[in-house]
Order: sequence, then structure tokens, then C-alpha cells
Amino acid sequence: MSDTDAAELDQAPHLARRAVQVSPVYLDHAATTPLLPAALAAMTEELAQLGNASSLHNAGRRARRVVEESREIISEAYGARPSEVVFTSGGTEADNLAVKGLFWARRAADPARCRVLASATEHHAVLDSVSWLAEHEGAQSDWLAVQPDGTVSPETLADAIERDPATVAVVSVMWANNEVGSVQPVAELAATAAEYGVPFHSDAVQAAGQLPVSMAATGATALTITAHKLGGPVGVGALLLAKGEQPVPVLHGGGQERDVRSGTLDVPAIRAFAVAVQEARQRAGEEAERLAGLRDDLIAQVLAAVPDAVLNGTPPGPGRLPGNAHFSFPGCEGDALLMLLDARGIACSTGSACTAGVAQPSHVLLAMGADEARARGSLRFSLGHTSRQSDVDALGAVIGEVVERARRASR
Amino acid sequence: MSGGVDSAVAAARAAQAGHDVTGVHLALSRNPSSYRTGARGCCTLEDARDARRAADVIGIPFYVWDMADRFHADVVQDFVAEYASGHTPNPCLRCNEKIKFAAVLDRAVALGFDAVCTGHHARLDRVPETGLTRLVRSVDPAKDQSYVLAVLTGEQLGRAMFPLGGSTKDQVRKEAADRGLGVADKPDSHDVCFIADGDTRGFLTRQLGSAPGPIVDTDGTVLGSHDGSYGFTVGQRKGLRLDKPAADGQPRFVLSIEPVTRTVTVGPAEALDVTEISASKPVWSGCTPPAGPVDCVVQLRAHGEVHAAVCEPDGDLVEIRLRDPARGIAPGQAAVFYDGDAVLGSATIVTARPGCPVP
Repeated sequence: MSDTDAAELDQAPHLARRAVQVSPVYLDHAATTPLLPAALAAMTEELAQLGNASSLHNAGRRARRVVEESREIISEAYGARPSEVVFTSGGTEADNLAVKGLFWARRAADPARCRVLASATEHHAVLDSVSWLAEHEGAQSDWLAVQPDGTVSPETLADAIERDPATVAVVSVMWANNEVGSVQPVAELAATAAEYGVPFHSDAVQAAGQLPVSMAATGATALTITAHKLGGPVGVGALLLAKGEQPVPVLHGGGQERDVRSGTLDVPAIRAFAVAVQEARQRAGEEAERLAGLRDDLIAQVLAAVPDAVLNGTPPGPGRLPGNAHFSFPGCEGDALLMLLDARGIACSTGSACTAGVAQPSHVLLAMGADEARARGSLRFSLGHTSRQSDVDALGAVIGEVVERARRASR
Repeated sequence: MSGGVDSAVAAARAAQAGHDVTGVHLALSRNPSSYRTGARGCCTLEDARDARRAADVIGIPFYVWDMADRFHADVVQDFVAEYASGHTPNPCLRCNEKIKFAAVLDRAVALGFDAVCTGHHARLDRVPETGLTRLVRSVDPAKDQSYVLAVLTGEQLGRAMFPLGGSTKDQVRKEAADRGLGVADKPDSHDVCFIADGDTRGFLTRQLGSAPGPIVDTDGTVLGSHDGSYGFTVGQRKGLRLDKPAADGQPRFVLSIEPVTRTVTVGPAEALDVTEISASKPVWSGCTPPAGPVDCVVQLRAHGEVHAAVCEPDGDLVEIRLRDPARGIAPGQAAVFYDGDAVLGSATIVTARPGCPVP
């Protein structure tokens, strides 16, 4: 290198500072949505406080009071009793606890109960928990087929249980799909499971911020929710767990949460979680309507620019998450589309899992009957509380050119 | 960006020079854990992580591109097929030809990029008068990689950037440390990245199965047998597993491999000397295709010595006559023609014969 280059090298930290830019157009709220200002304020204030919620002294009691007030807010928002809220580190832990814990408990009570019924489009937190039980715990995984729109019909569930009701340990069907946004008929599915006396879990991570999710209204045994999808911090969530259910713990230790979940409670995160839930629920109806309006315009703009794009999942309406639009773009690789949009300041997702950074064909789309090419050439745009018309317009302005370019790249 | 120090520094230099740089790591294995484990290879999860961290530090976007199917078809299967036909392939060369400066370059250009920038140790000399981009050896002779790049056409070179060619490896490592790149001390990669344990013969045996054949001397006398002729390369001395020593007590070397009868011929070192070489599929990136004999120097294996030679195109072939004999020249390897440090062209060795040296 020349001397000039070497001198510039001393400035290398400036290069690093230039690095992280927040995308001005954020269309990936289903991955995580910005922290609500009120949640940030509550969390910041709480971080400065002292106290372990399990301690018996004054500082501990103060922390405990914050946790219990938060528990009450969250339970009320989701039609549960306060004692039915089990705080966890997030959605993945809650899903693991529900699926594995309920399986173990049910099988311990009756060794014939070896079947786990779950939809083929579950999030990996459920999908891989079920597969793990099958590989290591002698469980039998029964995947519930979905219809082309991604939903499980109650008849499919009834048929699956009916094959041998006495052998079903637990059923898990997500409330709304994280990739394609399809909302499941959870109340009917839960009722079907209840007819046979089988516990029913639903991963409501995507739904909890946008739809009226309720334990009481559905009769579900367990619901998974998480803070960072609805404006709270990453790293806290809950399993809403019906009274009397005692899943075998996944984490062993102090038994802080109903002897079902151990670990010191994260008081600042729990308080911020409750603040976010409160705010999300307060404006849920009108926000869902606002997002659905933006989303419908996004769909219209994308289809106008790319007429052969295919909207995956259920049609816009009550059967679809209001903030979700998920397309297949024929002849494109999803990762090329994502990169081109990223370079134009637009953040979105292929929606499916990565292995070593390589996007895998979506198991959700494959289960819905898509071929591998269509499953690879897909993108998810998801809206949230900071989304504005300008975000949708920015996407509409470039998507045609981006798709054309991505098509050239996969020829 | 492989996750190694060279590509990290190359990316940093390109970004610092003002280019709009995007880091790309190639996923080359269909099963990311099946290729080499440990820190030396170019295909592991840890390498992808190292590459991503380097991109973070440099401040450029980073993506993983899945080239596993292309790599398997164009590099791994080619490697196996070449050995099966008695040749000694160079997979790094093939990867440059078919993946980095073909599949990756094509995709990049279609997506709107202008060039592929790599951490190869070689220089590019763009000659405005001719419009040619000439490939030139690195200033670090020990690390020069022009041999495995010489297969590239002028068009491919025109879309290439090699920011490291003017630096030694030591300089590159020091610069990486100065830039805060964690890969500054990462060991160099060696061997073949898709053979996890470094056991090429074992890999080929798994791919090709057992294919026994005779080992004969130059008279045709059978001296022993082998499990597969693909386990041998011309010039090889070790691993022949012959019971009886040669009559004159001298070591014996593989002279030729005949894949149809799976006959491996061995003989004394002198029989390895060749002066006439025929090579196919010539690429002339550094000059217009010669109409007649050209004086040049030729390199016949990676990191090998060079030989003064006269080469002359003959139809689809190039006939190479060396001024001094070269020893152990294996079909399948590249013959790369240089004018001093500048690459004129390259071709694939088909046959090598004792012949007569050029006077």
C-alpha cells in the first residue's frame, strides 16, 4: 500500500461507523417490530431499579409487584387468569415448553399417549420440537396437512385424532402463520381437541399484536406469545397455560414460574412487555384496519408492477394477518430479490429459515403444495406500527425493476 | 469472501478505493458440515461466520450465495471424472473458470454489479491501447496465483479485480491486523476444500469404487496391482506398494496411466523427462492468438518452476517444445504461457513425450 493508503488506514474506524444503517423502509415487522417508546421508557426506568422478584425483602417485593402487575395486564389482554401467565425468554422457549412439556406430562400419565399432532406449517420452534420428540423420545409425529391457503381444517384434525384418540398426547396448531399470514380456525380446532380431551397449544406469536387472541374465547390449553413482535423487547415472552396444566419443565432450577419454568425473572423486560401489550391491545382494532388498508395497497401495487406475482396464503380479510403480504415471483430467487431491495433501502424477508446463510425452500409453501422453485422465489413484506403509506409507495416504485433484474440473474 | 484473510483485505481495499462493494460468501457444499471442518478450509460454517464478521468490520453488506449445485456439477464431478480418465485435475483452477468468474460473475452482472473482486494474489494490467486486460504474477512469488487464473478469458479478466497483487502475504496479514480484521492470523487454506480429511485417494475410492488393474514396467512386465488407477498421478513415487525393487535399485515413478485397461506404468526417473507437450483448449488472454511459433516461458504445474519453450497453435491444440526437459508432467494440469511475469495464455495438457529439446 502507498503511504497515502496507509494514512487512510488510520481512519479505518470511520469505515466501520459507516456500516450499520437502519433501512429507511422497514417491511419486516414479522421478524421484529420497533420497540414502542412507552416500552423503551418503562424498560429503561426499570433497569435502574434493584431487586430480584423472588427475594423476600423490600427490594424483592417491589420487583415482584412489577412482575405481578405486568402479569395481570397481559392475562387480561389475552383472556387468561394472572396465574395462567408463565413468563419465558420468548416464543421459542414457550413453544418448547408447551410441546415437549405437555407431551412428557401426558405420556407420564398414560404411556399409550405417544402421538403429537401439529400442522405442517408450524414455526421451527414447534416443528423441530416435535421432530426432536420423535427422534429422541419415542413420540410419533403426525403432521396435519394444510389446504392450499395454509389453513388446517377442523375435519383434518378430527380425522387425525379419530384414528386413535387414546394415543394423542398433544395438538399444536399456530394461530397465524409467520410466513404467509394465514389465520387458522383456532377456536374450532381447540374445540375439536377439547371434544377428545386432548390438550391444544397454539403459537400465537404473530397474532398477539394484531388479532383478538384469547384463551377464554377459544378454550385453548396453551398459547405462546412474545414481546418483540408487538412492540416490546426481544428476550421475553410467555406461555399462557390453562390452570391445572402442569407440563414437565424444560428448564430446571428455582421453579419461579409455577414450578414449570425456572430462571430469575427479567423484571425490566416483563414490565416493558406489559406496556407494549397494553398499548397494542388498546388500539388493536383500528391499527389492524390501518395495516390492512396499507397491506391491500401494497398487494395492489406489487401486482400492478408484477402481474404474474402470486399472493400466497389466505385472501385479505379476517382470515389473514392484517400486516402480511407474501408473494411468489416466478422465475426469481428470493435471496436475489432480497439483496436488490436491501441495496435500495427496503428491508424484507424471504420468510423462511436459513441454513448457513442459504435460504431454504420454505417448508410452509411446500406444505401448501408449491413446487420448490416457487417456494424459493418468495418474499414476505410485513407491516407494523411504524409503517406508513410512503413505505408501501417506496416498494411499489422499485419492485418491478427489481423483479426484472432478479429474473435475468436466475436465467 | 471465503472467510480467509486475503478476500477480507481485498474487500476492504476495494471499499476504501470508493467502490460500492457487497461481500458474497459462496456456499459450496450441499451439506455445510460435510466439507472440511476446522479453520483451514473455505466451506465451513465457521468460515461463513468469519467472512460475515469481516464484512461487518469493513462496513459492507454481506450475503451468502448458494452455488452448491453448480460447484458439485462443474468442480467436484469434473474432478472425479478427470481422475477416472487418468488425468490430474486442478479443482481451484476449475472453480475460478466455472464458478467464481462464470456462475458468480454472471449472476453479479445480471444483478447490476460491474466486477468480481477476489483476494487472489495476481495483478491485472489494463492496456488502454489494446483494450486487453493482462494477467500478471503477484509481486509475492511464493503466493502467486496467476497459474490458477490463467484459464480466464480476456472478457472474464475485464470483469475481475485483484487488489492484492501488489502486496506480499506478510503485508496483507499486517494490513488485516491494522484494520481490525479478526482473520489476520487465520492459517492459509491448503488442499482440496471439498475433501474434508485431505485424503484424495480415499475420496476417489468412495466416489469411483474399486477398479483394480496392473502396475507394469516399461516392457509390460507386471510388477503388482492396484485398486484404482485414479489413485495415481504421473510422477508419483510413494504408495506404489511394489514388492520387488527395480533391477538397478533405483526408485520407480508413475510414468503413465491408461484408464481403459487401468494400467499404471512405472519406470525410472529419467523416463519422466519430457520436452514435447500437446495441450488443448487454449485461452489467449494476454495476446492475440499466435499465428506461428512463439518464444515464451511455460509453467506446467501450480507452484512449479518455469521452462523456456516455443509454443505453436496447431488447430485446437498447442504444441509446446521445451528447451530443457521437464519431469513428471501430468495430463489434466494446465500449461500456462508467460511473457516474463505476464500471462499470454493457458491450455490443458493432453500428452507429454520425451521428444527432442528445442535447440
